[in-house]
Amino acid sequence: MATEIDPIHQFQIQNIVPLGSVGGSEIAFTNSAAFMFGIVAVIFFFLTYATGSRSLVPGRLQSVAELAYEFVASTVRSTAGTEGMKFFPLVFSLFIFVFTANMIGMIPYAFTVTSHLVVTAALAALVIGTVIVYGFFRHGTHFLHLFVPSGVPAFLLPFMVLIEIISFLSRPISLSLRLFANMLAGHIAMKVFAGFIVMMAAGGVAGTLGAVLPLSMVVALTALEFLVAFLQAYVFTVLTCIYLNDALHPGH
Amino acid sequence: MSDRGNSDGQDGARKPRTSDADISGRLRNLDIELKRVDAERRLEAAEANREPDRTSTVSGMTLAFRLGSEFVAGVLVGAGLGYAVDKVFGTAPLGMIVLLLLGFGAGVLNMMRATGEFGRKPPGGGGKKG
Repeated sequence: MATEIDPIHQFQIQNIVPLGSVGGSEIAFTNSAAFMFGIVAVIFFFLTYATGSRSLVPGRLQSVAELAYEFVASTVRSTAGTEGMKFFPLVFSLFIFVFTANMIGMIPYAFTVTSHLVVTAALAALVIGTVIVYGFFRHGTHFLHLFVPSGVPAFLLPFMVLIEIISFLSRPISLSLRLFANMLAGHIAMKVFAGFIVMMAAGGVAGTLGAVLPLSMVVALTALEFLVAFLQAYVFTVLTCIYLNDALHPGH
Repeated sequence: MSDRGNSDGQDGARKPRTSDADISGRLRNLDIELKRVDAERRLEAAEANREPDRTSTVSGMTLAFRLGSEFVAGVLVGAGLGYAVDKVFGTAPLGMIVLLLLGFGAGVLNMMRATGEFGRKPPGGGGKKG
């Protein structure tokens, strides 16, 4: 075990079932895809089982499901208004998926799906795509008023419009970058500190005693990572709601 | 209170008086205790309301991460756009220079929006946009 400690190894994509190749790049059913299917299966079975009894006084599992619903619903209502509730299925799916992916990533030896930029970028593209499509569908060209801030002097307007456009374009990037960077950095930090324990313990009695320090660090980091896993899922959800709010009420 | 005082004065018997004093004392104790519990409960509720306080370092880190990524994303998009414009129109350094600066501005705007410093709808005098 102590032969080689590679903190990046945990993020490696392994092909499980090759599916051929398209345009020179290999397409395969990977461990990442397997975990995504697993996440969806976990969510599906948990929610169907938890809401199966549908009793008036909820049991333990049912109240967990209801809490999740209430939590996301209140987030949507407070940031996008009651009108935003039409996006509730999307937001709820996103939150539950990201949250479950982060939490499953915390299980030792499990693969963290959200630590790959491709996955988070796809989620962010879905959100921004929804915003753009719904914005144009609902408001037509009025949606472009999003880029024209009100009350700006005429000579500054071109710059402001350009800045607003760049700001809008940077949204999917920051949305995906944040989730990806948080999960990647957290897992690498944990692995590195865990590696210190092994290295120090190999260095005799003094090293073994000294290894208590990185061990306590790893314990603290694990708790922190659980918090980050939830917080990042929450932040992703809140920002999704904020962006959807822009699609509902562009310009003001 | 006055009722009790009366009864105290009328029958000077020792037993009832002590029990009366006892009862009122106990009542007072109970009152104090109740107030204490009530205050405690209120404090608990207030604490639960401002949950983020307990995890101030963590939420601070989250905020830092958020602001950082907002800013970096703005600059990155500006640089990318500048590169694309230069490639397409052949305006070698100009597009990159201008759009990188604008991207910088967009990053700052993103950050201000993230912290809530910059309302989406400035009241009238929003002309001074930074």
